[in-house]
Amino acid sequence: MLSRIAESLFWIGRYVERADGTARILDVHLERLNHLPMEEQRSVAQELLAVMGARAQSEDFGLPELLNALAYDKQSATSIAGSLGAARENARRARETVSSGLWESLNTTYYGLNQHRKDVVGTYRFCNWVLERTAMVSGLADTTVSHDESWQFLVLGRSLERADMTARMLSTRDVLSAGMSWVNMLRCAGAYESFLRTRRAAFGDQHAAEFLLLDRLFPRSIVYALRDADECLAMLDPSAQRVGFINDARRIVGQARTFLEFHRTDDLMSELPEHMERVQKAVSQASDAISRKYFNQADELAWVGEVS
Amino acid sequence: MISQQKGDCLVTMSDLFQDYSVAAERTGAYDEMFTPGQQARKSYGQVAGALRELSLADVTARADSMARTFLDRGVTFDFAGEERPFPLDIVPRVIPADEWTVLEKGVAQRVRALEAFLNDVYDKMTVVTDGVIPRQLVTTSAHFHRQVHGFEPAGGVRVHISGIDVVRDAAGTFRVLEDNVRVPSGVSYVLENRRAMAKGLPEAFGQQLIRPVEEYPRRLLSALRKTAPSGVDDPTVVVLTPGVFNSAYFEHTLLAGLMGVELVEGRDLICRGNRVYMRTTAGEQRVDVIYKRIDDEFLDPLQFRADSMLGCPGLVNAARAGGVTIANAVGNGVADDKLVYSYVPDLIRYYLNEEPVIANVDTFRLEEKEAREEVLDRLAELVVKPVDGSGGKGLVIGPDASKDELEALRKRVIADPRGWIAQPVLQLSTVPTLSGDRFGPRHVDLRPFAVNDGDKVWVLPGGLTRVALKEGSLIVNSSQGGGSKDTWVLADSPQVPVEALPRPAITVRERVSVWPVESNWRDSQKEQQQ
Repeated sequence: MLSRIAESLFWIGRYVERADGTARILDVHLERLNHLPMEEQRSVAQELLAVMGARAQSEDFGLPELLNALAYDKQSATSIAGSLGAARENARRARETVSSGLWESLNTTYYGLNQHRKDVVGTYRFCNWVLERTAMVSGLADTTVSHDESWQFLVLGRSLERADMTARMLSTRDVLSAGMSWVNMLRCAGAYESFLRTRRAAFGDQHAAEFLLLDRLFPRSIVYALRDADECLAMLDPSAQRVGFINDARRIVGQARTFLEFHRTDDLMSELPEHMERVQKAVSQASDAISRKYFNQADELAWVGEVS
Repeated sequence: MISQQKGDCLVTMSDLFQDYSVAAERTGAYDEMFTPGQQARKSYGQVAGALRELSLADVTARADSMARTFLDRGVTFDFAGEERPFPLDIVPRVIPADEWTVLEKGVAQRVRALEAFLNDVYDKMTVVTDGVIPRQLVTTSAHFHRQVHGFEPAGGVRVHISGIDVVRDAAGTFRVLEDNVRVPSGVSYVLENRRAMAKGLPEAFGQQLIRPVEEYPRRLLSALRKTAPSGVDDPTVVVLTPGVFNSAYFEHTLLAGLMGVELVEGRDLICRGNRVYMRTTAGEQRVDVIYKRIDDEFLDPLQFRADSMLGCPGLVNAARAGGVTIANAVGNGVADDKLVYSYVPDLIRYYLNEEPVIANVDTFRLEEKEAREEVLDRLAELVVKPVDGSGGKGLVIGPDASKDELEALRKRVIADPRGWIAQPVLQLSTVPTLSGDRFGPRHVDLRPFAVNDGDKVWVLPGGLTRVALKEGSLIVNSSQGGGSKDTWVLADSPQVPVEALPRPAITVRERVSVWPVESNWRDSQKEQQQ
């Protein structure tokens, strides 16, 4: 398939997952933010924005500004509306490759972005709606697109972004350590029920963090997402090598995953920020490596002499 | 309300058609649906019947839902950087079988003549030496490209895809208005309109046989593959688009998607050793046939505009060496020059030894002194068009123009008589079109599409009917407030294959697998114990 199309698909996967992750994080934190006193609300909002990878533009960046920056700002690549818009723009460029179901669900989502009230209550509904729409997009991607190369790129983008999003989600706990409970954190990832059923008695911070970071069976855990990404990379480049990896992306993703999986520690909680930093860095490096390998375009048109 | 006596076209139209006949009379044009007494023509019987059952609320609700579907599906054209849905009217344009037979023949004839003309023009120019057409006319055409002179394109076809615009004059006769053999667009709306109409006005399809349009992409692909360079067993076809900001981008994605081929941009292609390759995730892959949807001027910076980033350097040389087929061939623009258009009937006689099936619109060639003088005297009553324009650009309709506009036009015509032609103002035929709370007559044209695979010219039964949505307006271009209508070609007789295979009886599987909770044996045991 065309490199340009592959790149579009990869980014559709990333952007949709980013919208999904951001909606989850916003939804859970909004509840808490609302109760805080004005001054604190402001500083927490700024920190939360920083965790999501953006910097506050002005001093009086408060709750309304946070909502705009994370949910409604169409120009920003970190907001939900911006991500969904970018996903749709990418799908528009790869339209003949994706199924019409997938394209239409992204297109109608894009047109639906404006139909929400932008206050706090409206944002809850908006987040909910976004989760529905992204679930629909992923479902259609899984059921109406052949699981060939194009789908692998999409899933690759999705898994990498998912690992990144879960890492950010776990980092937000620092921001709100005053009272942000692990119950909320698990709810945020949709993992609450799964966690209760697996860990029953052993309920505590340590266990919840472990679950979201290391669980091998829960699809939104970092280890699971990285393994998905690794499998996609393996499918995309099936050349079996006896020694080492030529493919940078596989090396980076594999290293990040195995580091987490085989790391032994008694005090996960204190190491958590460091782990999260490492995961986010690995994701961005892997993304660069994938671009270099698969999406490389000639920088400029060059004239090539005739072969006689 | 007007009621007619019995017959297959008995119609009592609802209020939606109030005052229609008055408005229709005012236009002085031929109405496709009604005879002057507001009696529906036979071909429109079914449509009229379906519309009669609808109230205004029904019609508006359906029209809205059709527009919504188009937006959701992304059936849009790009206008000044904004995606707009192409408005589709709810009343179809119906063409009876006998009229279509003539149109089909005429369109195919024209395509064959233009094909022969192009082959000749880029070769020996016998048409000039035999005195049919002046040499100067050919060589001064803006789209006569010397870069492609003197070679036959791989596959031997130049006009793979064409769109011949026809209109109906006040007397009801079809006439060709212009030929499009460069990059004719609009076929995607033909395909999408039919899908939308099937949901929007299903009643009107009823019992009649409407010829299907969905085979177009299949026909197109097979024609493109057939004209691949010789020696290629399994040709790779691509569609070349200028990119997402082109007004017809939707059409490019739709056609590539329906043909199951890649949609490439210039930056995806690379020419090496007179072969063309595309950059894929698995390295470079050879491309054999390019369905080109960009203008010649932007195709190859080595031959044409050197500042173009839309094309790929080396394409023209690759085509000259026979390493790639470009459809439509480079340089076709000389055939749809509007001054050449005025010679097409002669070309048909010269190359095919046939009489033209569809006539041209009378055309003044402004280079001829007498014609020019007459036109300059009558500027206010004629239509004046630039010879190389498309999309209605630069066209001046005399009766609608202001004095200043006419003065400016006069100067431009005198300065460059080769650049313009003049035609009488044609009252294009009308079809009822929803406008506000009722139907009004609106002018339409028709663009049938033809696909030429080298052996046969196939004409898509249907075509794009464009409609000027403003009352009285004669400009149907989408960029200037035009909409479209689904175009139905009625079939003569049921097109059943002579030997229909006997269909196997359908076996009904009556067993449905379920697991009813209440019949769980443990549950029922408990019940018994109690």
